[in-house]
Amino acid sequence: MSGKSRRDFLKSSALIGAGITGLSSNSANAAPTNILSPDRMGVLVDTTICIGCRNCEWACKEAHDIPAGDLESYENREIMKKDRRPDHTALTVINEYSPGKHSNLPVNVKVQCMHCDHPACVSACIVGAFSKQENGSVIWDTDMCIGCRYCMVACPFQIPTFEYHKALQPDITKCDFCFERTSEGKLPACIDICPVEALTYGPRTELVLIARERIRRNPDRYIDHIFGEYEVGGTAWMFLGSKDFNELGFPQLGKDPAPGVSEAIQHGIFAYFVPPVSLYALLGGMMWLSKRRKELEQEEKI
Amino acid sequence: MNHEDINPVPVKRKFFTPGVIVLCVLALNALVFLAIRFFYGIGAVTNLDNQYPWGIWIGIDVAAGVALAAGGFTTAALGHVMHREEYAAVIRPALLTAMLGYTFVAMGVLVDLGRWYYIYHPLYMWNGNSALFEVGICVMIYLTVLYIEFLPIVTERFIGKINLPGILSKLNKLIDKILRVLDRGLAKTMFIFIIAGVVLSTLHQSSLGTLMVIAGPKMHPLWQTPILPLLFLLSAVAVGFPMVIFESLIASRSLKLKPEMHILSRLGGMIAPLLGLYLAFKIGDMFIRETFVYLTEFNTASIMFTVELLFGVVIPLRMLLSPKVLKSPALLFTASVLVVAGVLINRINNFVVAYTPPYADYSYFPSIGEISVTVGFVAMLVLLYRFFVLNFPIVSLPGKASGPSAKYTVKGVK
Repeated sequence: MSGKSRRDFLKSSALIGAGITGLSSNSANAAPTNILSPDRMGVLVDTTICIGCRNCEWACKEAHDIPAGDLESYENREIMKKDRRPDHTALTVINEYSPGKHSNLPVNVKVQCMHCDHPACVSACIVGAFSKQENGSVIWDTDMCIGCRYCMVACPFQIPTFEYHKALQPDITKCDFCFERTSEGKLPACIDICPVEALTYGPRTELVLIARERIRRNPDRYIDHIFGEYEVGGTAWMFLGSKDFNELGFPQLGKDPAPGVSEAIQHGIFAYFVPPVSLYALLGGMMWLSKRRKELEQEEKI
Repeated sequence: MNHEDINPVPVKRKFFTPGVIVLCVLALNALVFLAIRFFYGIGAVTNLDNQYPWGIWIGIDVAAGVALAAGGFTTAALGHVMHREEYAAVIRPALLTAMLGYTFVAMGVLVDLGRWYYIYHPLYMWNGNSALFEVGICVMIYLTVLYIEFLPIVTERFIGKINLPGILSKLNKLIDKILRVLDRGLAKTMFIFIIAGVVLSTLHQSSLGTLMVIAGPKMHPLWQTPILPLLFLLSAVAVGFPMVIFESLIASRSLKLKPEMHILSRLGGMIAPLLGLYLAFKIGDMFIRETFVYLTEFNTASIMFTVELLFGVVIPLRMLLSPKVLKSPALLFTASVLVVAGVLINRINNFVVAYTPPYADYSYFPSIGEISVTVGFVAMLVLLYRFFVLNFPIVSLPGKASGPSAKYTVKGVK
């Protein structure tokens, strides 16, 4: 009798083990699209060229169905006295900083999603609503998002924003690198409209070469640093500047990909579900042994 | 039989007392703010914004809630897996706490989710890289396991006592039969769920710590460490028994029962080694990463870190090493409260205090609405706890005859 039920126990334990392992083969594929194509596109922003006309802000809103107003109203530079951040009313903004070494004019810096090569939001999103596409854009899927805002916690650039005052279907908003426009062969709206060609759109590898060449030719104009070449493992949007990037509103970041350690921990704990299944087996064994010991003790007493 | 027999019975007391009425008011207050949140959005009642996406609803309701419900799996491991039957009397109260605790964790998540009506998405939209996905799935499964573990208490309460009025009385026999079949099935398979519960708890208690690792430099170096998952697991294990003691002493006072000091003192004796292990890792981590330099600064972070470690770990650890403390209900209660508060503050520190985004232009502090909802959830939890204790066989009254002792064992051994 007891032999039979022991076999039952082993059988059911094995079944559970198999069930969990079955789960793991699925979950190996259960990650969002995260393509790091060698041909991915990027943008080189030359902050020494930008004149702060804010036409890109207007074009961005037009392209994303956000109320944009008259283009003339964007000539008002008063608004730049205070640093602004992108949100659901503007996916990109231009901020102004004191002059760098290249001229006496203020430096203007465009702010938008950096479209990281190893995006923290893609790694973090609980449902995999974020994805890194082949052309380099990091985009968000409204049909999946549950509004947990973990992407906002994860992003090292504080880019994703949320519609806190909407009771139903609040969106996570951020620059999508004009994914729809580029799919149709058009340029991203901000790059299309820029009157001074401060933004250069092209394959990321070529942009790095262009940026290095500019620094080499004009060492007096630029500091020797391409922001985004290595930061958090590299970003699609890269910046040239005439002074330290910390003074231009950029965060100080290391070269390791943002999600790095957390994914390693996560995969370590779960390594093909071996640790959890082993723990299950171990506890089952302990339960069996401790019960057995108790019974032996009692038999001795009798 | 060398173990103490237990006999859980519904406690016969009035539901309403002045304290209960205060709790009802707090719960109703929370419902008002929840209504505003669901009609006008999260921004209408919270101080959350694009700088601070997570506040106390995640830091307390979810993170601390999960940690403080750890008594469920630590007592299950002790009582069922290690077969220490002398602790049988605290298993049911701890199970009830865990079940209610996790239910309110789920509610906390629900109100914090921007699109709460999509809460089921993680069930079929998987991201294996996400620590939050792991926590979400584990908590969902564990909540189910807890409900299953609680079912025998429900069947025990109703078997042979089904007495529906009027026309429904024809169903009495059928329902009774279903309950009996359910009870027998559960008794045979319960060990599967008990072990699963312990495994699931180990997993998500630690993954909860992994959550903030991805925030990288946004999190203060005093807390940001790759061993966060280990620290979260160790502190959850350490807070399990203090939470059981804390509740048991409060419950026996509120229900006017004699405190079960013979069990609680022994439980208390096990806290010190667990707490010591946690402290060793916490201090070791601080020295390896040389973060103690931040303690020389005088700011919110250094104060909160000191409070968390000194009052939440060091002082109760010293107290619990003394036999005098373990024998005195008042001192044991004080030490347990300190450990519980220490873990609560630790979770708040990790999720709220330590978090500073790069473009912050102010510090987050919870709004009246956020505090009301958090307090209201705790009030609702206590009310439900009281309801269950008064109506279901949860609490063992000392000195009564024997009942079902360790009912759930590995099936092989009869």
